[in-house]
Amino acid sequence: MITKELVVIGGGPAGLAAAIEAKKQGIKDVILVERDVRLGGILPQCIHNGFGLHVFKEELTGPEYADRFVKELEEMGIEVMLDTMVIELTQDKQIIAVNRDKGLMHIQAKAVILTMGCRERTRGAINIPGFRPSGIFTAGTAQRFVNIEGYMPGKEIVILGSGDIGLIMARRFTLEGAKVKCVAEIMPYSNGLTRNVVQCLEDYDIPLLLSHTVVDIHGKDRVEGVTIAEVDKNFQPIHSTEKYISCDTLLLSVGLIPENELSKMADIKIDNITSGPVVNQRMETSIPGIFACGNVVHVHDLVDFVTMESQLAGRGAVDYLKDKIPSKKHITVSPGPGIGYVVPQLIDAEKILDGKQNFFMRSKKPMEKARLFIESDKGQIRTRILQHIKPSEMINIELKKEELVNKDIKSLRFFLQEEGATDEK
Amino acid sequence: MEDVVIIGGGITGCSIARELSRYDIKITLVEKEEDVACGTSKGNSAVVHAGFDASPGTWKAKLNVAGNKLYPALCEELDVPFVLNGSLVVAVSEEEERVLEELLEKGRLNGVNNLRIIGKDELQAMEPNLSSKARAALDAPTGGLVCPYEFTIALAENANQNGVKFWLNAMVTDIEKLEDSGFLVKTSRGSLRAKYVINAAGLFADELSKIAGAEEYTITPRKGEYLVFDKQFSGLVKKTIFPTPSKISKGILVCPTVDGNIFIGPNSNNIQDKLDTSVKAPGIKEIIEGGKKLVPNLPFKNVITSFAGLRAVSNTNDFIIEASKQVKGFVNVGGIQSPGLTSAPAIAQMVKGILQDEGLILKEKPTFNPHRPMKKRFRELNNEEREQLIKQNPAYGHIICRCETVTEAEIIDAIRRPVGARSIDAVKRRTRAGMGRCQGGFCSPRVLEILARELGADKLDITKKGPGSNLLLGRIKEFLQVEGGDNNDN
Ligand SMILES: Cc1cc2nc3c(=O)[nH]c(=O)nc-3n(C[C@H](O)[C@H](O)[C@H](O)COP(=O)(O)OP(=O)(O)OC[C@H]3O[C@@H](n4cnc5c(N)ncnc54)[C@H](O)[C@@H]3O)c2cc1C
Ligand SMILES: Cc1cc2nc3c(=O)[nH]c(=O)nc-3n(C[C@H](O)[C@H](O)[C@H](O)COP(=O)(O)OP(=O)(O)OC[C@H]3O[C@@H](n4cnc5c(N)ncnc54)[C@H](O)[C@@H]3O)c2cc1C
Repeated sequence: MITKELVVIGGGPAGLAAAIEAKKQGIKDVILVERDVRLGGILPQCIHNGFGLHVFKEELTGPEYADRFVKELEEMGIEVMLDTMVIELTQDKQIIAVNRDKGLMHIQAKAVILTMGCRERTRGAINIPGFRPSGIFTAGTAQRFVNIEGYMPGKEIVILGSGDIGLIMARRFTLEGAKVKCVAEIMPYSNGLTRNVVQCLEDYDIPLLLSHTVVDIHGKDRVEGVTIAEVDKNFQPIHSTEKYISCDTLLLSVGLIPENELSKMADIKIDNITSGPVVNQRMETSIPGIFACGNVVHVHDLVDFVTMESQLAGRGAVDYLKDKIPSKKHITVSPGPGIGYVVPQLIDAEKILDGKQNFFMRSKKPMEKARLFIESDKGQIRTRILQHIKPSEMINIELKKEELVNKDIKSLRFFLQEEGATDEK
Repeated sequence: MEDVVIIGGGITGCSIARELSRYDIKITLVEKEEDVACGTSKGNSAVVHAGFDASPGTWKAKLNVAGNKLYPALCEELDVPFVLNGSLVVAVSEEEERVLEELLEKGRLNGVNNLRIIGKDELQAMEPNLSSKARAALDAPTGGLVCPYEFTIALAENANQNGVKFWLNAMVTDIEKLEDSGFLVKTSRGSLRAKYVINAAGLFADELSKIAGAEEYTITPRKGEYLVFDKQFSGLVKKTIFPTPSKISKGILVCPTVDGNIFIGPNSNNIQDKLDTSVKAPGIKEIIEGGKKLVPNLPFKNVITSFAGLRAVSNTNDFIIEASKQVKGFVNVGGIQSPGLTSAPAIAQMVKGILQDEGLILKEKPTFNPHRPMKKRFRELNNEEREQLIKQNPAYGHIICRCETVTEAEIIDAIRRPVGARSIDAVKRRTRAGMGRCQGGFCSPRVLEILARELGADKLDITKKGPGSNLLLGRIKEFLQVEGGDNNDN
């Protein structure tokens, strides 16, 4: 049995930032465990730029962004185990990890930070009919083949879903001489960042077909084509609009799901909407001393927010290790009309760090202009006008500690009202 | 010259191959796909039926009950999981309750043991997630579960260990009766001479019988579609839940698998194309409706995949297992629709008898080994066992499939075994790598790398399921137009 003060599971941007922060705040005995052969999580395959605008005030590529943290981690002498997969986690913070050299390891941690990231939704999850040939890839898997391994999984491509990875891959494939025939999106709006729609599709004349989906896949051995159709308001395909498009590859960019197998093993409470653990102001899960941050909690579109959230988790773990006093007197935070989810879901106002608390949330639908209401059971706290709201772009709201503390608040709710629309809550 | 050539590497052909491998004869099995278990034997309900369904007196009825009895011992020998979970046929109306009585009677006539009808209370206690409309059920404790491709592969491996040769990627194109004696079997990989030919070609058995000049019959493909749910819902039902059957099919079931998933299906629709295993939207709708009738709270948000299989329905609507009267030495094993999986071990014994009647002399081989040793599965071991295993072979410490916890050692073994895996899907069928909730998103690049390394092949040549199904189409930069060059096809 190995004992450690803090074990960080996952070496993506979340794990890196959390480990570094914990070490900076004085925890000596930190280990980071990563199943891949390299650190950085999803970032090493994201060779496009657009990372770090908030944290470093410059535009880096994914590998560059990761590299800054990896260097810092190395300089600080934080212990790392690569090519090592955590296969079990218990409530008592016992971890089982395996690799080739050391075999099966039992690690007893005093605190744990979960940063396992997320996985991509698949064809089955969205139930696309048709044959099951070769040539159907999730966008992230295709990205790995192209950017890490140097192989092209397709030449004539249709992309289903306008998530960011799909958009980025549309451009990447085009630059590599493949033909991206279209991106079909079932919603009436894009699911990716506006800048990606512009820079990855419009700049390359790739059509974005909104309110469209794939209704059939053709080809017995390799994909030969797909049938797409427009959908009605209830997302049902309209048969008269069916159209055959020949292609050899179907890329799926239909969403990400936080990867919480380990969290579930430890009976950590999961939020049904985010599919990630319920966390409090310091990113602590329902089990004291087990923290979570990054995509394992909720899917982020900007890595900068992952970093911020993870630094918070790192500090949270340090506080826990120092005083061991669990948070109590929680304010429950919930989404109201117009808002899909809010993280964190619980707040102990007295323990808010640095006098301010960030809340991350997503709108349910796009709105040109809306008013965000922040309301507690004791009355309204604040409202704020927001412009160009899209579900794909996370809203980040900062509240001051004074706004929440010593008011005996039990619940907090965020909701959106489209400007001009009538009163509805 | 082979003594016996078997056409078709499904459960039927592989069962026959394994049964005949006990004897001192030369056998080759030819299969058009790149692996065994690529036809109907990979897309079915995986139920080892008790045998109350088929009409008394038919081959289906007799061989079902006989096959069912052979399963436990056979699975033990081949180290394949067999689960005796029991089946329930559920009635939701008075009318249907009467049908249960008929089934009970049929079952008795067919020789099925321990059948009984149970009332609502016992039923609901047994399966709490059943619809509240369920009012009675036929309880068939001898109904079981097996993984059909795992079982087929195990039979093939054991047959191969005992000397049967496997020609894969070998499509039979012609069968010529030779003047002196025997046959010339022509395949896409070359020709073989054989004294006896067994036609176990599934959906194509009618066409091969015709090519050989033997009796004519027809096979119509009848499609069944399925949806598979995530493992986290394991235990939603414990027994195989059937609706009360209609005239043409056993209906849409809710069924556990030996691996702990739950699936629903199949529907039942005649189609034209014998290769059309696509799943269609109306079919999905049909099975969702059917599944909900039995278990209303099915987790439709957690479907991980869908698939379809084709029943090979003959014009007699029964199995056709007989020596040809027109072409001596040619044996038809056609029309093997459901319960063909269950019947396979009994069919193999019956075919052995037919060959003997036709003059083949079978002498037992002292070297015959009935056991197929299977390496331990990492996910099924406890932590001490895992620790030991990694010490012996570090490749067990490298997890390749995160959803099903499959290690590199298991994947290498799947490739190196007899009748080993040559494609991503073949690895998947042998190890479950890629069968979990991420459906290969994580492990397929890694499995591809191991396959390329083990086979000494280029990654570009690795396929999902045989020729034409390559995963990768080129190196990066390859598709870029070269100015003035001849590479300008796009
Ligand atoms: C394709 C793509 C494009 C993006 N583009 C941008 C962009 O342009 N700009 C931007 O700011 N953001 C972008 N993002 C978002 C941002 O990069 C992600 O939100 C961020 O990488 C999430 O970090 P993470 O550490 O939570 O997860 P990940 O990066 O996924 O890291 C999780 C790590 O945990 C490891 N792990 C998981 N389970 C285990 C286990 N059991 N044992 C050991 N290790 C384990 C994994 O191997 C992985 O390395 C993009 C994301 C993607 C996917
Ligand atoms: C929807 C469905 C559900 C079912 N459920 C059950 C069940 O729960 N229990 C049960 O007992 N049974 C069930 N069955 C029936 C069972 O699956 C079949 O009876 C069984 O799999 C048939 O096996 P086979 O070997 O005869 O055919 P196949 O598995 O189809 O094998 C035939 C093989 O022959 C090969 N072949 C064809 N032509 C050539 C050629 N020219 N040259 C070389 N090779 C050739 C094919 O590639 C194929 O591999 C079900 C069937 C279906 C479709």
